Amino acid sequence: MAGLEDLYREIILDHYRSPRNRGELPTPPAVRVEGFNPLCGDEIVLYLDVENGSVRDVKISGQGCSISQSSASMMTAAIKGKDIAEVRGLIRSFKSMMTIHEAQLEPDGARDEPAALVDPDSFGELAALQGVVKFPVRIKCATLSWNTLVQALDELETKAMNSDS
Amino acid sequence: MATVASPAFDVETIKSDFPLLDRVQAGRKIVFLDSAASSQRPRSVLNAMDDYYQTTHANVHRGVYAIAEEATRRYEEARLLAGRLINAPDPAREIIFTKNVTEAYNLVAYSWGRKNLHDGDVIVLTETEHHANLVPWLMLQEERKITIRYIAMDDDYRLDLSDIEAVVDGAKLVSVTAASNVLGTITDLEPITRAAHRAGALVMADGAQLVPHRRVDVQALDVDLLGYTGHKLMGPTGIGVLWARAEILEEMPPFLGGGEMISDVRLDGFSTTDIPWKFEAGTPPIAEAVGLGAAITYLESIGIDNIAAHEQSLTNYAIRSLQERFDEIEIFGPGADAERRGGVISFRFGDIHPHDVAQVLDEHAVCVRAGHHCAKPLMRRLGVNATTRASLYLYNDEHDIDALVAGLEGVRKMFS
Ligand SMILES: Cc1ncc(COP(=O)(O)O)c(C=O)c1O
Repeated sequence: MAGLEDLYREIILDHYRSPRNRGELPTPPAVRVEGFNPLCGDEIVLYLDVENGSVRDVKISGQGCSISQSSASMMTAAIKGKDIAEVRGLIRSFKSMMTIHEAQLEPDGARDEPAALVDPDSFGELAALQGVVKFPVRIKCATLSWNTLVQALDELETKAMNSDS
Repeated sequence: MATVASPAFDVETIKSDFPLLDRVQAGRKIVFLDSAASSQRPRSVLNAMDDYYQTTHANVHRGVYAIAEEATRRYEEARLLAGRLINAPDPAREIIFTKNVTEAYNLVAYSWGRKNLHDGDVIVLTETEHHANLVPWLMLQEERKITIRYIAMDDDYRLDLSDIEAVVDGAKLVSVTAASNVLGTITDLEPITRAAHRAGALVMADGAQLVPHRRVDVQALDVDLLGYTGHKLMGPTGIGVLWARAEILEEMPPFLGGGEMISDVRLDGFSTTDIPWKFEAGTPPIAEAVGLGAAITYLESIGIDNIAAHEQSLTNYAIRSLQERFDEIEIFGPGADAERRGGVISFRFGDIHPHDVAQVLDEHAVCVRAGHHCAKPLMRRLGVNATTRASLYLYNDEHDIDALVAGLEGVRKMFS
């Protein structure tokens, strides 16, 4: 059985206690997108400012549990300054890390070490969130900010397309 | 450490009636403090359902052979038990089995609501309702221009009845929780029914959190409709109960259509059968009714007043223990020794998120609920997204509360 130390790694608790990039950004130029976790009622607000195809600034506000807050905090640290293609790639890798593969769930419900789906080295601190997979109900907490980020990127793309035409 | 209750009431013996409570998790016996979400069930309920399937199962109200008649008899006996539990005047006709109490309220909103509520009509709910007694009415409001007024919660976590006369004035229905699944508050129904009836409104009470824990007498309470749900009363999932006075049910059009609920069907129409079957289309939850009957029998063998007394003293013990030990705790509900207070204890634990609280408690084999408890408007009123909730039942004792306190020490350590 997975222990709590798999979930609450020290890095996660650190981001929870002192979250990075909390706050708001003026809109425009930033876009503002809200994300909800219907399970626990958590809400986060993401402000994303993209200029010349890269993330100039990003901020998070709202409330949530330690997992959603630290995941959001690590996410902002990971994407700041990156270009959009890189950010999209990171989202894909993160989501695949957060996918439970049925083969990894033992029939008796035991939660096994998930196979390494992505190279944790390329992930830096985010790899600490890998343990969340062993607590399936908490996966939604970890992915909340990432899904909100996808929404923000999509919104920016739609805007760009509309202003091009 | 002995729990104060009547001598006939022995928690150790009661605990041993519940097989699930023997479960060991990470070397510890489970501490189950989530009965407000769903209770556990005693062996006698499991045996009754097993026995039913092994010896008696056949569809009800259909076959003429012996086991079909016996199945029908067991199903209808459960109806009588479900009605007598709440002192329904005419249990054989006034008790409708549904799949849960949510379906019961949908039935009322759909059937009674569509017949009786038209543009401009008013109903009254409270801001403390479970979504089950809220969303069906909001759905009706999407279809018709009905007005929904809400009785507010006051700062003592009770319904503010100071201007109840005005709130219910002109209403056709007042539908209120009889006991809150978040606050533990037990509603003082008397002023509500008095004002509502004077205004000509019917009163429906959501008994989901009251019937399993306190003596409920629909005649003494003077309510017109009341619902409760089997799985919170030591019965199985898949069965709920709607009680309403026969004259109300008789006037209501059917809810679901199909077999069982008709007296005649032609290709150009149908006529419905008598109550209660008019509202029980299709094959009903027979084994579940048998299980619910066994649960009621078990509950009565222990005695509802004994259960209430035990829960009351344990609730006081829990609130005191939590408040003495933790400065950072804020309990959303009436305090220790408050009157009309059930064993549901929702709280904020410093600024630690309920999910994190519940996760660490799980490591201590303590099962509590974290979330909005299907009462999002109430969460907004309390100014939180979610709470942690510990809820008590007859099989809990002071050791369980001590385990909760020890678990919370662990939570504090982890996140400080
Ligand atoms: C007060 C209250 N009403 C209604 C319900 C709905 O019960 P069920 O899910 O069995 O329909 C619940 C339980 O969640 C409840 O606590």
